[in-house]
Amino acid sequence: MADRPFATLSLTARMAAGLVALLLVAGLVLALASFAYGRAAAQDAFDRLLIGAANDIAASVSVIDGAPVVDLPLSAFELLALAPEDRIAYQVRGVDGTILTGHADLPAAPRPARGADDTLFFDADFTAEPARFIRVTRRFAERSLSGTVEIVVGQTLRARRELAYDITRRALVALAGGGVALLALTLLVVRSALRPLDRLAEALAARDPQDLTPIATGAPRELAVMVSAMNGFMDRLERQFGAMRGLISDTAHQLRTPVAALRAQADLAASEPDPERRDRLVARIHRRSVSLGRLLDQMLSRALVVHRLDSARRERLDLRDVTLDIVESGDHQLLAPGVEIRLDIGDEPVMVRADALSLGEAAKNLLGNALLHGRGPVSVGAEIRDDGARLFVQDAGPGPAPELRARLGDRFVHSAAASGQSSGLGLSIARSVAEAYGGHLRMEDRPDGFRISIVLDADPGETP
Amino acid sequence: MTRLRALLCLLLTCAALPGAAQEAVRRFGPEDAPTLLVLRTTTDIASFAPTVEAFLATRPDIALRYEQWGSNDLYALTAADCAADRPGADVVISSGVHQMVDLVNDHCAAPRISPETTALPDLLRWRDEIWGISREPAVMVYNRRLVPPGDVPRTRFDLLDLLRNREDIYGGKVATYDIEESGLGFLFAFMDSQEASTFGALMEAFARSGAVATCCSAEIIDGVARGDYLIAYNVLGSYAQQQADRNSDLGIAAPEDYTLVLSRAAILPGRAPSVAAGAFLDFILSPQGQLAMTASHLNISASALTRNAETGSEDSRSRLIPLKPPLLVAMDRMKAARFVARWRDAFGN
Repeated sequence: MADRPFATLSLTARMAAGLVALLLVAGLVLALASFAYGRAAAQDAFDRLLIGAANDIAASVSVIDGAPVVDLPLSAFELLALAPEDRIAYQVRGVDGTILTGHADLPAAPRPARGADDTLFFDADFTAEPARFIRVTRRFAERSLSGTVEIVVGQTLRARRELAYDITRRALVALAGGGVALLALTLLVVRSALRPLDRLAEALAARDPQDLTPIATGAPRELAVMVSAMNGFMDRLERQFGAMRGLISDTAHQLRTPVAALRAQADLAASEPDPERRDRLVARIHRRSVSLGRLLDQMLSRALVVHRLDSARRERLDLRDVTLDIVESGDHQLLAPGVEIRLDIGDEPVMVRADALSLGEAAKNLLGNALLHGRGPVSVGAEIRDDGARLFVQDAGPGPAPELRARLGDRFVHSAAASGQSSGLGLSIARSVAEAYGGHLRMEDRPDGFRISIVLDADPGETP
Repeated sequence: MTRLRALLCLLLTCAALPGAAQEAVRRFGPEDAPTLLVLRTTTDIASFAPTVEAFLATRPDIALRYEQWGSNDLYALTAADCAADRPGADVVISSGVHQMVDLVNDHCAAPRISPETTALPDLLRWRDEIWGISREPAVMVYNRRLVPPGDVPRTRFDLLDLLRNREDIYGGKVATYDIEESGLGFLFAFMDSQEASTFGALMEAFARSGAVATCCSAEIIDGVARGDYLIAYNVLGSYAQQQADRNSDLGIAAPEDYTLVLSRAAILPGRAPSVAAGAFLDFILSPQGQLAMTASHLNISASALTRNAETGSEDSRSRLIPLKPPLLVAMDRMKAARFVARWRDAFGN
C-alpha cells in the first residue's frame, strides 16, 4: 500500500501542508507581481524625470538670427541628477537634422508611427551601458526658422534598477511578514477547527464500553454527520443487543417448561414396564419434540429476521417470487404432509422494496400457522390492491377466535407457548417484518375462508 | 566616446590643442621599481611632490611618472585615450572638474570602492568613479603695499564698489583668469554665473573698468606682486597661499558673500584600475595623504584665509563645487560658446 502513509497523515498536517503550499504559491506569484510592479513603478517615476528634463531643454531653445540656439538649463540636469548615480546623454538636432549640441553619437530614435505623439521613449545602450531615452520635439514657425527641433535625453538605468529592487524588497519584506503571520494564524485556525474532533475522541475514549446511549457532545455540522451515523450505529447495536437478550430470555422461558415436561415423560417411559403404555408415552414424547422443534425454528427465524431488519439492504423484489420460493421449497411438507398448497399469483409483477429473506420467513410463518390451525385447501399468493402490494396466505377455516386476534402479533402468546402451539410467535415475526418495511398485517374473513396479508407499499419502479 | 575633440576646440577656441605637450615631467621613486604609475595632473609638481613622495615612501615597489598638463590639454588627451581605448595615465587629477565629470559621464573612468573613497562626502563622489581630493577656495589676491587696508574687498560687492567708485585707481588694475585659456577660470566664472546675480554686475563692472583677463595662476599672482595689478579675482587659493608664503606683499581675501571651493577631481582612466593606482588614490584620501596636501596648501579652509574669521561660519559661506552631472552643463558647447561670447564682450578682446 503505497498510499498508506498519506492515508494516515494527521488532519492538522494535511491542512497545514496544504495551506503552506498555498501560501508559497501565493507568495511566489505576489513576489513576481511585486517585482513587475516595482519595475513598472521605477520606470514610470524616472520616465517623468526624463520628460521633465527634455521639456526643460526644449523650452530653452530659442531662435536667434534665424538659427535655433540652445541655452542648456541647469535645472534639467539637476532634475536628472535625482537619479544620482546615472550618466546622462543628450542631443539637440536642428531643423535640418544637424547636431546643435550634445553627444554626437547617440543611438537613433525609432521613427514614431505617423500621427503618433511626438514624445517617444526608447531603450538603447549609452557607451556600453543600457539606458532609457526620450525624444521630444519642438516646432518652430518663425519667419526665419520653420521646422522641428528634436531633443533626445537619455539616462542609464542604475537608479531605476535600484528603485525597482527597493520596491520589490520592501514588498517582499511585507509579504514575508504577512506570510509568517498568516502561517501562524493558519495553524491556529487549523487547531481550533479540529478541536471538536479531539473533544469527540475524548468523549468516546472516556465512554464506558457498555454505554451505547447516543453521544450528546455538540459537534459542527460536518462532524454531526459522523456523530449521527455513530449514534445510529450504536442504536442498532443496542437494539440487536436487546433482541439478543429478548431471544435468550424467551428461549429460556419458552423451552424450560416443554423440556422439563419431555424429561418427565422420558423418565416415566423409562420406568414404565407396560409396553403398551410405554409406546403411548414415546408417541407423546415424539409429538412434543416435533412441537418443540417448530418452536425452536420460529425463535431462530425471529432472531434472524430481527437481525436482518436492521442490517440487510432493501432491494427491489417481486412478491410473486417470494411466494414461489416458499411453495417450491416444500418446507410445509414437513408440517402438514399431504395438504395441498395453491399458488395464487397473477401476470402482473408485485414489486416492493424489502429484504427477500425476511419476507420469506414472515410468509413461511404465516403459512405454517395456516397449515397448523386452519383448514385446507391453503393458498399462497401475491397481488396489487389499492392499499398496496400484498403477500397473503388463505385457508378455508374460520380463522382465529376474535379475542385472540386482538392480541395477535404480540411477541408471544403465553397460552400458545405453553401448549407448544406457538402460532403467536409466527404472527409476531410477520408483523415485525411488515412494520419494518413500512407496512402492516391485515386479516380478513372471506366467504371462502380466512386470509391474512402482509401489506407493503407497492414500488412500481422508476421506469415504467 | 561622445565628445569630439573638435567640439572641445570649438568650445575653448584652442587652435594649438592636438599635439600639445605636457608642461613638465618628473620621475619619482626607485629606478628599478617593478611598477610604474603614470600620474597626469594639472597640479604643479612642486605643490604635489611632497604628497607623492609620502606615498612612495610607503610603497618602495612603485615608481611614479609625474606629468603636469594644462587642464584643457589633459582633458583632450584623456578623452582621446578613452576613445581609442588605449592605456594612458593610471591616475588623472585635474582642477577642471567639469571636464573630469564629463569623462566619467562618457564611461572613461573605472570604478573603485574602498573605505577611503566611501568616506568622502556625497558631493565629492559620483558613481564611485570620480573623487574630490582637495579643498581649494577661489580667492581674491591683492597687493598689500598698494591697496590700503580700507580698500581690501571682503565681498564681491566691495569689489564692485571699488570698480564703480574708485575707477581712477582700480581701472585696468583688476585681473582674473582668461576663461578661454584656462579651464579652471572658465569653471569658476561659470559657477559664479550659476551662484549669484552678482556675476552679471561684476562682468559689467569688469567691462567698464577695463579689467584684465589673462592666463594662469602664476602669471596673475606675479602681476599682483609686481604691482601690475592691484587685485586679482577668482584665483585658486592654493597657489595664492604658496606665493603669499614667499612674498609678504601678497594679501589674500576669501569673499565673504560666498566662497567657491574647488575639490580637484581624481579619476582612474580605463576600464579597470591598476592596483597601484587604487593604492595611490586611497593614500591621497587617507588622513596621511590629506595631511601632506594640507602642508602644501592644497587643503585650505576658507575661514583660515580671512582676517575677519568671525563673520559668518565657513559652512554657510563655502560653496563646494559638487562633482555631479549638473557640471555637464558647463561642458555643453553651445552653452560654453554663449558664455565665452558674453565674457569676450565684457573684456573687449
